[in-house]
Amino acid sequence: MANKNREPFDNPVIEWVDSRLPVFTLMNKEYGVFPTPRNFNYFWNFGALAMVFLVLMILTGVFLAMNYAANENLAFDSVERIMRDVNFGWLLRYMHMNGAHFFFAVVYIHIFRGMYYGSYKKPRELLWLLGILIFVLMMATAFMGYTLPWSQMSGWGATVITSLFSAVPFVGESLVQLLWGGFSVDNPTLNRFYALHYLFPFLIVGVVFLHVWALHVTGSNNPLGIEPKSSKDTLPFHPYYTMKDLFGVSVVLIIYSFFVFFAPNSLGHSDHYVPFNQLVTPPHIVPEWYFLMFYAILRAITFDFNIYITAGLIAMGAAIVPLYLNREKQLNFPPIIGIGVIGLVLFILGFISQEAGGKLIYMPFAEFKLMSAKLGGVLAMGGAIAAAALMPWLDWHPVRSARFRPLYRFFLIVFLIDCVILGIMGAKVAEQPWVIISQLATGYYFAFFFVIVPLLSRIERAKPLPTSIYEAVVKKAAVVLLVGVIAVSGMASSASAAEEAPEPPHQEWSFDGMFGTYDKASKQRGFQVYREVCAACHGLERISFRNLEDLGYSEAQVKAIAAEAMVEDGPNDEGDMFTRTGRASDHFPSPYANDQAARYANNGALPPDLSLIVKARHHGADYIHAILTGYEPAPAGFQLNPGMHYNKYFGGHQIGMPQPLMDGQVAYADGTKSSVEQMSHDVSTFLAWASEPHQDERKRMGLKVILFLCFMSVIMYKVKKKIWKDVEH
Amino acid sequence: MADETKPSKQQSKRDFLYLTAAATGAIGAASLGWAFIDTLNPAADTLALSSTEVNLTPIEEGQAITVMWRGKPVFVRRRTAQEIEKAENVDMSLLRDPATDDTRTQEGHREWLIVVGICTHLGCVPLGQKPSEVRGDYDGWFCPCHGSHYDTSGRIRKGPAPKNLLVPEYTFVSDSLVRIG
Repeated sequence: MANKNREPFDNPVIEWVDSRLPVFTLMNKEYGVFPTPRNFNYFWNFGALAMVFLVLMILTGVFLAMNYAANENLAFDSVERIMRDVNFGWLLRYMHMNGAHFFFAVVYIHIFRGMYYGSYKKPRELLWLLGILIFVLMMATAFMGYTLPWSQMSGWGATVITSLFSAVPFVGESLVQLLWGGFSVDNPTLNRFYALHYLFPFLIVGVVFLHVWALHVTGSNNPLGIEPKSSKDTLPFHPYYTMKDLFGVSVVLIIYSFFVFFAPNSLGHSDHYVPFNQLVTPPHIVPEWYFLMFYAILRAITFDFNIYITAGLIAMGAAIVPLYLNREKQLNFPPIIGIGVIGLVLFILGFISQEAGGKLIYMPFAEFKLMSAKLGGVLAMGGAIAAAALMPWLDWHPVRSARFRPLYRFFLIVFLIDCVILGIMGAKVAEQPWVIISQLATGYYFAFFFVIVPLLSRIERAKPLPTSIYEAVVKKAAVVLLVGVIAVSGMASSASAAEEAPEPPHQEWSFDGMFGTYDKASKQRGFQVYREVCAACHGLERISFRNLEDLGYSEAQVKAIAAEAMVEDGPNDEGDMFTRTGRASDHFPSPYANDQAARYANNGALPPDLSLIVKARHHGADYIHAILTGYEPAPAGFQLNPGMHYNKYFGGHQIGMPQPLMDGQVAYADGTKSSVEQMSHDVSTFLAWASEPHQDERKRMGLKVILFLCFMSVIMYKVKKKIWKDVEH
Repeated sequence: MADETKPSKQQSKRDFLYLTAAATGAIGAASLGWAFIDTLNPAADTLALSSTEVNLTPIEEGQAITVMWRGKPVFVRRRTAQEIEKAENVDMSLLRDPATDDTRTQEGHREWLIVVGICTHLGCVPLGQKPSEVRGDYDGWFCPCHGSHYDTSGRIRKGPAPKNLLVPEYTFVSDSLVRIG
């Protein structure tokens, strides 16, 4: 059908294809000449940016999948192999890991853009719904991807989130077993999550296609929120917006590269580098920042729904019903406020009657529970997303853009702040005053959608709209953009929870900062300390002897070091295991045959493997250094258990390991004085290298990449300016 | 004239800018693309595992064993005097891939023939390691997939395979221990 009014192409090959399958005509129509409002601000870059990150995630994901093993015994090791042995594996993994953070950040800004400029309103309701669907799919994908490294955070994150479904009445337990494929998060869970983590991105691609299709039917909204009236109001998508998007992409890629190359683990949690242990939950289990808001809403429902709370909620619900009815008539406020206040009072009474073990006030029949807090929390969390999906029907104000709706704009910005507060609360330990703050913030969240937005739809008087886009052209997006970036980084930085031991003092490390590299001599000395002291009890199983070439040893030296170790091999032709001298390709042998033997030999305490220890502990090398230098006589009155030792920086101050380093314990080959301080510093440097052997290479590459991207941004900016030179916007 | 040159100058400046932009984008994409492709190459641990040691003591004359090296079978055969003689006295002009037996074995260890057990035709593993298996018309190996015959020096004599069985790099650590790779 499209063939009928097709313009022929000059290029004969393109023409041949296009006359049979008009893909080029389609591309030209949708991405070439597509009429786009001329007044987009930089907020409108975020759709294209989301697309870029989606593609980046799929590409890195597919290549990572080629080196990943979805099995409980292999998953963690295969991820470490990607980080250490696969060519550029560390780059792909860090791109994927940080790509998830950026994908969410970009999408959150994209959603907020939609709310601010009323992009969800008629005729774009379906476009909005498809967007929410993409967001839900993204959450599912991110969650399942998070489990794949099979770390402590993976396993316990998966346990907590899947357990949400146990709140479903009657079938909850069996539903959770269905999700797990067993009685806990285990190998079957990992396998299915991997399959689904691979599948979902392609579902997202499908829904994105529908999202873009719907967008191209209605056309884009714009900062003024008024429909383009003539061709004077629009520009062809290419080259105006393709080039503007490319400029925006280059700039965001600079920030992204900074994270990938210089702070790749700053948005993650150190427990993500500890293998999953089904018997021990980490003390602070916190989701990634992009889920914190919903996590806070889940945890805010600490109360069971007794008859007072339920009645209060019903009354408040009844009070707002008139908001939605007879939209042309004036509202009769007294009954609405009256019923609303009664509902609120009932709710508060029911709430207080449960506080402090019911000792504050006594309410008769308060023990009748209509719904548990657990189910309430899950419903509130689901409701938080559902409320956003209903936005096109909750807001029927004829004016789209918040630019002309000062009241809506005010409450929307409060809503944004509210979301940030929720995000911060989600990262806190569930104690007062954080609980009450998250409860109030949750209250505002729902009030915004179900009370404020419909109420404003009725009563807000908008400022006069310009008659056409061409007439009024302004841009002030940078300010709001900044708010978004600050909010995101604020949440990320607050995500690390407090610990009971004092913070380890920061040391000067050779590998600090963007230009820091591992000090070779310190690494070698640290290796000597490891070999002569730590190796008696601590393994280093992810390191091979061949890796020692990184420390500056020659191939012959590495072979000699390896030959000093005895390695178990076999079975031989007789079927027996035997020991032989080590080779360069062997991994460091573990001092114990297995964890049980290690525990047995150490009073029940397991000396952890040290190959990832710096990444697996909060504060990294500073922490290792602090532990090694933190031995002190126990203060008076401190109850020290038998066989334990006092350490200032160890959580709980009781550590099974006796002070490992004494002055002069190791005779350094280079003549450096082996004080405890010096040895701690050296061995921490060595272990930092063991955790992240490609760090020096990563930083070197990062500098090049960022310089390149800066250059590219300048070029793209110039191209954009040149193209836009004759356009008033 | 001045009016005519001005726009063309601007034109060329713009072209240069666009070309630079396109080239920058292409360089960026290509560099990133290389990182992706390079992940498919053998990883550092794979490369490090490229040697294996074989104890020769239990192999009797006329017997052969198969060992795994880089995920492939390697045939280690202790040849009889008769087999060695047969391998040495072959007219080179009869061979598809001419090579003397001296170049395929090591001085002082002529009885040991070590070859990668992969048919050079399409990658099957030839028969002939066990006494019960057929060894083909030349007493070496016979590939069941498409009927290639190899002789007692692992050279192709008959059938579709183009090359002799590959001799891997190996060194004798001692008379009874050989390291392949």
